[in-house]
Amino acid sequence: MLIRSRKPTDPLPSAITPRKHYLDRRRFMVATAAAAATTGTVGAVGVAVPKARARPAQRFDPFTLSPLSTDESPTDYDAVTTYNNFYELGTDKGDPARNADKLKTRPWAVVVDGLVQRPATIAIEDLLTRFDLEERIYRLRCVEAWSMVIPWVGFPLAALLDRVEPLGHARFVAFETLLDPDRLPGQRRPILEWPYVEGLRLDEAHHPLTILAVGLYGDVLPGQNGAPVRLVVPWKYGFKSIKSIVRISLTEHMPPTSWNRSAPDEYGFYANVNPTVDHPRWSQRRERRIGEFFRRDTLMFNGYADEVAHLYAGMDLATWY
Amino acid sequence: MVLTARHDVRGRRRAGLDWGVRRVAKPVVFLACLAPLAWLGWLAMAGGLGANPIEAVVRDLGSWALRFLLLSLAITPARQALNLPVLMRFRRMLGLFAFFYASLHVLAYVGLDQFFDWTAVWEDIVKRAYIAVGLGAFIVLLPLAITSTKAMIKRLGGRRWQRLHTLVYPAAALAAVHYVMMVKADLREPLLYAGILALLLGWRLVARVRRVRRGPAHQAWPGSSARTSVKPPETAVATRGR
Ligand code: HEM
Repeated sequence: MLIRSRKPTDPLPSAITPRKHYLDRRRFMVATAAAAATTGTVGAVGVAVPKARARPAQRFDPFTLSPLSTDESPTDYDAVTTYNNFYELGTDKGDPARNADKLKTRPWAVVVDGLVQRPATIAIEDLLTRFDLEERIYRLRCVEAWSMVIPWVGFPLAALLDRVEPLGHARFVAFETLLDPDRLPGQRRPILEWPYVEGLRLDEAHHPLTILAVGLYGDVLPGQNGAPVRLVVPWKYGFKSIKSIVRISLTEHMPPTSWNRSAPDEYGFYANVNPTVDHPRWSQRRERRIGEFFRRDTLMFNGYADEVAHLYAGMDLATWY
Repeated sequence: MVLTARHDVRGRRRAGLDWGVRRVAKPVVFLACLAPLAWLGWLAMAGGLGANPIEAVVRDLGSWALRFLLLSLAITPARQALNLPVLMRFRRMLGLFAFFYASLHVLAYVGLDQFFDWTAVWEDIVKRAYIAVGLGAFIVLLPLAITSTKAMIKRLGGRRWQRLHTLVYPAAALAAVHYVMMVKADLREPLLYAGILALLLGWRLVARVRRVRRGPAHQAWPGSSARTSVKPPETAVATRGR
């Protein structure tokens, strides 16, 4: 892939890059992919065009490209879909892609309950059609000190929360992955306590950067990336962005989270990307952007500090890691 | 004379075996030991190492270091179980290949993963226990590699050399622990290696207990009365095993 030397110190590149540029680039990418697909060649051009064979159909076209996107080059589609941590489909990075066909995503519904005015069970078809989908190109930083840039398709979690109307004393949102060892065979072994659970504070859940993703690179989400619907919280380590969600519950108390339960001294509830708070396994000071040789410095809140730092004002982030 | 003729046949057979080991088996095994490296090189050139090739290289080399270490430790039990003394002649090569892959593993970590950022390497050693343990394993392996030559065996004397080389046990244990500690949650593979190591070490423990039970008389070398004062002949290094 294209290696950029420019540092990603741009929490909001759209502030300096006109929106039209994005749309032009997007159109160009689509056009190049189409051309490559018909001629069977790889688009060897100066923008981040992944290998033509890997470029999926633009099933979600047209949708708007969010101004919250970064203008960094997206990581190769191949890498995004073959290097995954999704233990329910296997613990090797390549396992999820190999086992993804086991994860049947129909029928599928997401239960939204707990402290809400109007609890609901939302069929995946409704989830895909009742919300305004946008492309969000986000940095993703894994706690294992690697990172990617991923063009998600999704909508703000806040849009869903607004529909169910959280009650006044709701303070947290709990998420749950499907529990079904037939479709998620990794659950046959107790590597973690299944199902995988995650949580956010309500204000984090409401933040405009927090999305539910249903697509990737313009296509539906592949199984290995958490089909059919997953959370994406770009300023937190990747494990917070829970995959294949079947339940979203509003709660008053801080919900348990899987990795925190597994190793509380290593993984906290907040798990904000923070180069100054060390992890016993990996230095968080730097990261390897997949596709690049040299490590680059990790940015506070994964480069989204301007947008989210205020959420944690007054908190000691070394204590609340 | 019948007797001499038989003697000649045996001698010739032994010489033939020796030739076969030196000229055929050893080179073949040597090349086989290089195959994992060749395969890794091929994958690297062909872009077959996946999305994170540096991680793949570091891990593959680490895995092979541990595998060769276990293989070298399997020689003595295999020789005795299969009654194949000739296996002993491959032990040093396997041990040195373990060290070779461990060196490449460390080099890949320092040169590719950290790109000679010595501050980061130092931080990793102090802050991340699994790295410190890996370094421990490597440091323990170093003197074994250095003293692996015939001249060194002579210089140290069989018994001292042998005692020094019992360090291979803690080295292997540290390497296995290094792997276990590195893994986040799915311990199956590192525990498989640790289990194999436990079997290989357990076998030695049982063998030793049996030797002790059989009593000192059986341990003494022919022609000596006091067990502690004898020095085994040089060849004993090759046959007694460690
Ligand atoms: C200075 C010494 C050493 C350092 C700095 C070191 C470092 C590392 C690193 C960084 C990894 C990969 C961690 C990851 O990808 O998350 C690793 C894995 C590993 N290392 Fe080492 N190591 C050292 C010595 C050794 C030695 C001496 C052995 C064996 C004889 C060894 C065997 C392994 C094994 C088996 C793995 C796991 C491979 C896998 O995941 O398949 N290491 N080591």
